[in-house]
Amino acid sequence: MMAVEASREAAPTPGSAGDTARSAEARAAATAPAVKMQTEALRAWFGAHEVLKAVSLSIPERRVTAVIGPSGCGKSTFIRCLNRMHEVVPGARSAGAVLLDGVDIFERGVDPVLVRRRVGMVFQRANPFPAMSIADNVLAGLRLNGVRPRHPEEVVERALAQAALWDEVKDILSRSGASLSGGQQQRLCIARTLALEPEVVLMDEPCSALDPIATARIEELIHELKDRYTIVIVTHNMQQAARVSDFTAFFYIGELVEHGETDALFTRPQKARTEDYITGRFG
Amino acid sequence: MDAYRRRKVIDVGARAACVAATLLAVVPLVSVLAYVVVRGAAGLSWSFFTALPQPVGEAGGGVANAILGSLQLVGIACVLGVPVGVLAGIYLAEYGRGRFATAVRYAADVMSGIPSIAVGIFVYTLLVLSMRHFSALAGGVALAVLMLPTVTRTTEELLKLVPDSLREAGLALGVPRWRVVLKVVLRTGAPGIATGIMLAVARAAGETAPLLFTAFNNRFWSASLVEPIASLPVQIFTYAVSPYEEWHRQAWAAALVLVVLVLLMNAGARVLTRARGRSR
Repeated sequence: MMAVEASREAAPTPGSAGDTARSAEARAAATAPAVKMQTEALRAWFGAHEVLKAVSLSIPERRVTAVIGPSGCGKSTFIRCLNRMHEVVPGARSAGAVLLDGVDIFERGVDPVLVRRRVGMVFQRANPFPAMSIADNVLAGLRLNGVRPRHPEEVVERALAQAALWDEVKDILSRSGASLSGGQQQRLCIARTLALEPEVVLMDEPCSALDPIATARIEELIHELKDRYTIVIVTHNMQQAARVSDFTAFFYIGELVEHGETDALFTRPQKARTEDYITGRFG
Repeated sequence: MDAYRRRKVIDVGARAACVAATLLAVVPLVSVLAYVVVRGAAGLSWSFFTALPQPVGEAGGGVANAILGSLQLVGIACVLGVPVGVLAGIYLAEYGRGRFATAVRYAADVMSGIPSIAVGIFVYTLLVLSMRHFSALAGGVALAVLMLPTVTRTTEELLKLVPDSLREAGLALGVPRWRVVLKVVLRTGAPGIATGIMLAVARAAGETAPLLFTAFNNRFWSASLVEPIASLPVQIFTYAVSPYEEWHRQAWAAALVLVVLVLLMNAGARVLTRARGRSR
């Protein structure tokens, strides 16, 4: 506890204490990622219940940002605000700003449908369309948006390859998406999202319904995807956050407690609450 | 050990009761079918399916116009009833919140309990009186009104079975709401809805009461919407209440045709469901 207090006073910015941290910071500064999305005092409610309290967080481009915290801390609500899926739930509303490339997606005249094409989402439970084949699932985003790709096979192959599923399904593309295993279904959902070529991919606990092997595959996949996409992943698994993310944000009861580089946050948390959580003292 | 024994005995007893009840439920169904087949098969002949009814006293003749007329009436009913019913069901399942939706839902439930003869009187007042004569259109409307609540509620129930996660998946792909409903939700529920429609059609095809004073009857072929039209149930009714032996025979044969027609529709609905279901 004392160490945390001391380091908090000595180092107001996360990750600047110690040699390794300094060099990490230097590395980060050298390749400082641009800010892709930014929330400003973002608040969200379900009915009268406030689940997000003025969260301001920036999400760097082509990096993986993990959102961690105990159940009910608002982390899912937070990322559902990032593509305006929060407002789909009856009685849900939000306030504050969410900037995507500097433009507020909640501004009047911004169509949530267009926001969601740029900011894709993968859900906790794999939800392929059961009435469609594997190939049609991948193409669903385009087709349902009225886009008829000239070479649909290429789109299907590219998206499935990016989602590391191509080799497993290339001979059964006409089979139903629901016939795959849980992990494969989740990768199919990722492929379906990637086929739209979004800029940001939101993942809401994508591995929580999967076994460790399937989880490892998805984590590998996230590593590969961050070269091209900005990724925000909600997870209640701290090891996973540590493994896959570059930045981590810790939420607690609707508030952003701490945010910083993942290495720094896990090794030298600045706030007592963060340390309690990551060391397993609660949550 | 005693308790275990007792449990076994109760298990066997309960199972036997279930089987007995099932058999009891099947008995009327089988006996009706068997009776209709036995009495009806004698009257069947090729001309029964191809010829028009003969005047009293002359042998032969068939119910070809009534078979076609029934199909025409059901066709009219589908054209009118299915789109309205399915769209109303979509509204209730996808958009219907609050008082109006509750009222519509309640109205549909009440409507499905209205005796079919009351529907016939309603359409008689509405169409037959205003047009001053019986017509195929009036018969079709009456059947459509009968189908409407079934189609509406089946559509609603089946769409509600489509998990919300699929709606979210569609929305998260940047698809507008109406397209999600049309291409994802409706498509997922389509096999079930088709079954519901088929069952509603099968029921409507066997209705007699609402046709008696809407479509009435016709001894000849008719392709007109505004002329009276023959139908199997009304033909059966007419023949059955007549005092002529030959007509009774034909009534049984026509009943057999109608029953087979309805069974075929039910079977078709099942095949449809299963074929679509397999691709899952």
